[in-house]
Amino acid sequence: MPPPHPGLYIHIPFCRSKCPYCDFYSIVSKSFIQRWLDALKKEIIYYKGQFTQFDSLYLGGGTPSLLDPMQIETILETLFANFDFAKNCETTIEANPCDLNHDKIKSLKGLGFNRISVGAQSFEDKLLTFLGRKHTVKDIKKSIHILRSFGYKNISLDLIYGFKEQTLNTWKKTLEQALSFEPEHLSCYQLTIANGTPFKRKKDKGLLKILSQDDEASFFLFTSEFLEGHGYKHYEISSFARNNRFFSRHNQKYWQHIPYLGLGPGAHSFNNKSRWWNISSVKQYCDLLDDGQLPVEISEDLTDDQLRLEHIFLGLRTRAGIEINLISHDQQNRAILSGLEKKGFIKLEKGRLTPTRKGFLVADQLPLMF
Amino acid sequence: MTNIRNFSIIAHIDHGKSTLADRLIQRTGLIDERNFHNQLLDNMDIERERGITIKSQVVTLPYISSDNQAFQLNLIDTPGHVDFSYEVSRALASCEGVLLLIDASQGVEAQTMANLYAAMDHDLEIIPVINKIDLPSADIERVKEQIELDLGLDSDMTILCSAKEGTGIDEVLEAIITYIPEPFVNVEDPLQALIFDAHYDSFRGTVVSCRIVSGEVRQGDRIRLMSNGATYKVEEVGIFKLEKEPTESLASGEVGYMLAGIKTVGDVSIGDTITLDIDPAAEPLIGFKEVKPVVFSSIYPISSEDYTSLTDALEKYKLNDAAFIYQKDSSAALGMGFRCGFLGLLHLEIVQERLEREFNQSIIMTSPSVKYRFFLTNGEMVQVDNPAYYPDPVTIEKAFEPYIRASIFLPERYLGSVMDLCQEHRGENSKYNCSTPGRLEIKFDMPLGEVIYDFYDRLKSITQGYGSFDYDILDYKENNLIKLDILLNGEKVDALAQIVHHDKARPRALRTCERLKDEIPRHMFKIAIQGAIGGKIIARSTISPFRKDVTAKCYGGDISRKRKLLEKQKKGKKRMKMVGSVSIPQNAFVAVLKADHK
Repeated sequence: MPPPHPGLYIHIPFCRSKCPYCDFYSIVSKSFIQRWLDALKKEIIYYKGQFTQFDSLYLGGGTPSLLDPMQIETILETLFANFDFAKNCETTIEANPCDLNHDKIKSLKGLGFNRISVGAQSFEDKLLTFLGRKHTVKDIKKSIHILRSFGYKNISLDLIYGFKEQTLNTWKKTLEQALSFEPEHLSCYQLTIANGTPFKRKKDKGLLKILSQDDEASFFLFTSEFLEGHGYKHYEISSFARNNRFFSRHNQKYWQHIPYLGLGPGAHSFNNKSRWWNISSVKQYCDLLDDGQLPVEISEDLTDDQLRLEHIFLGLRTRAGIEINLISHDQQNRAILSGLEKKGFIKLEKGRLTPTRKGFLVADQLPLMF
Repeated sequence: MTNIRNFSIIAHIDHGKSTLADRLIQRTGLIDERNFHNQLLDNMDIERERGITIKSQVVTLPYISSDNQAFQLNLIDTPGHVDFSYEVSRALASCEGVLLLIDASQGVEAQTMANLYAAMDHDLEIIPVINKIDLPSADIERVKEQIELDLGLDSDMTILCSAKEGTGIDEVLEAIITYIPEPFVNVEDPLQALIFDAHYDSFRGTVVSCRIVSGEVRQGDRIRLMSNGATYKVEEVGIFKLEKEPTESLASGEVGYMLAGIKTVGDVSIGDTITLDIDPAAEPLIGFKEVKPVVFSSIYPISSEDYTSLTDALEKYKLNDAAFIYQKDSSAALGMGFRCGFLGLLHLEIVQERLEREFNQSIIMTSPSVKYRFFLTNGEMVQVDNPAYYPDPVTIEKAFEPYIRASIFLPERYLGSVMDLCQEHRGENSKYNCSTPGRLEIKFDMPLGEVIYDFYDRLKSITQGYGSFDYDILDYKENNLIKLDILLNGEKVDALAQIVHHDKARPRALRTCERLKDEIPRHMFKIAIQGAIGGKIIARSTISPFRKDVTAKCYGGDISRKRKLLEKQKKGKKRMKMVGSVSIPQNAFVAVLKADHK
């Protein structure tokens, strides 16, 4: 079998405002955009010839939809001039509902994006405000209608759930609204309080209440059961797709240990042997590239043990699981595995170890057991 | 020959010994400003982190007096905590005098008295030094009064200083050469060198610290250890500046080190006398009082493969901590290990930490215990320091436990809450003594087993650090003592068993169950924790299984962060002991005796 195609990720580090839960790197100043575009061009040229043909391209952020079509076109032109892309390349752009007007969607279509990931987050206006989002439920609905009218057949919706104010019933209503658009893909992220975010500070001060572990589990299991009941495949902890064709090709590279190149400030890359990531500062990113240097902050070579651990914990986040051979077959491990299977956390069949729905809940714990 | 003075600084904990030592080192120019850092003599990480001295340290200071004479001042820095008084008494055996350091605002404390008595026992010259005179709360007149009345020393001799600010240091140095007598020098008689400390250096073998009482020793001499007759060729002798500094010889009156290729650690014992093989001394010196451990606990390797490495580490560790004793032991739950004796709970914690840091051992320690005595129906008496060996209850006629006489110095305002604490810990026969206005001394009797049960930490927190505690061992007293078993998922864990007073069994069982609930992480299954007397369950708690631990997002390609977290967790898991199917963190065994922080 030929080696799998690598993926390409471009980090667009600009936002209109910072959302209080998000810990991805971005800045709100738009004055840097032109300088950043020039720097990105240099970074692209540097990596020319170092990766084989890409079959996925993902513009994430940040807020990629904040760029105007001309700016996006410049990026794509440089990419196509320096890298090789497969014919059927999956080309995704993340977009805010309020950016997705008729003209914007028309240009995205013209630029060749075949998959749009819509940052819907919720179908309750109250929660959208709480999340610091600038769009309304009405904006989401409008944007999806326009996307469909332009013939978009691969739409993904991002949703966040698991708030203290939420009940299983209100969350169900949100899911039902989302399903009314028959999205090909859904990413349902359970609210995580990340370090360094305003939510974290609020939580530390006791101003933000979070769900108990048991309630979180109930929400997670409900989501999985509900969506699978509506024909979606729960193929990764937070990812659901109408069928295999709509699994996110790009995101799967992360979980399946396939190489990817990440460009832009704070972007991460992997080439089977090492991982490296760029500095999380637009200014330093530009300064370094202007100075003829790579903006890499840290690069690490992975040992065989590290690669194995990654393979296991990433694989166990997906329904496909891992090959059982990755786990040494001593007596202790055999006992642990059969115990886990008996308790309904995993399945062992056809030489694979796959997590069950219940197993997904403890997917971070499973790799520690062997 | 230079004039020699051997002296030590003794004080209650936190009265500023290490700071004064730092100043003396700076003033005598042993180290330049650039290389200076605080707590210079506390060269173990653990000492700096905790801000305490654990080991005595020797350093030789070159000093030119005000009338231009050269002196060699051997300073022996000593620990202040009650658990380490054994270190102090060994250090004192190498001195002719001491600086008795007293905090200007706190005044005389329990360890001030204890160390003073130890110095008097060794017939040493005592120079009172009042430190921290720069503090706004300093009350020099009151402290002078205490020196005169409580300590019975001449307050006119007292030197005032602030080690922090560096004032009064010259006066301290002059007082050392004026008041502390020269060592008695006797180079004619055969060599007698008292071993007062030792440590193991993996490159050079055993480094022996000694005080030369008579005679002289040089490189190339053949020495003999008088206790076992083992002989060695001296490779190097020298004095301790901040590093070891080789000298031609060590002669009567001097304090220094000796390297003689001693690879067999067990051959060296603290308190032994070294003499010359060709011209041996007739008698060894009087060594040190043997210490009696009062707290016992077992040490097990986390992984049973590491048993041999632990054996080796304990042997080497023992060399540097004469107060530590150990012997082989085994447990149903934990496998092969060692039963160990300690001078107190802090000593126990320090041993645990040093074994981990300096000897790279992953160990667990079981719940500490004292030594109980049981008189059986067949007339036999058994001593039990490990609850696992509690005799069959039907055979017990009488049970005895060791008592202490506690002495607590405290500001008057804390009296009420400290009295409550004493009662809670079965204190009795209390007596008060007004030492100085506003400060009290309480004395009372209490079972030693209660001291190790979280007494000291509670006292400190109740008195906001102003209460000081010391004790003397009294005798054994009869009590109704029973064994409290702890069960995890229905299985008895012998290493968690405790011997407790009948009336305290239930509250103790409840607290142990609650503490274990906090200490043991959630597992993928439910864990029932039970406390039982005989077959009867008297307390229980439950650790519910964790239901969800997965993070929602693991993309944006940042896999490294997640991997590092897992690597850390994996390491943490390796440091837990599997008992049945339950992983118990290494500190849980000791933590069950600690205060509820809720």
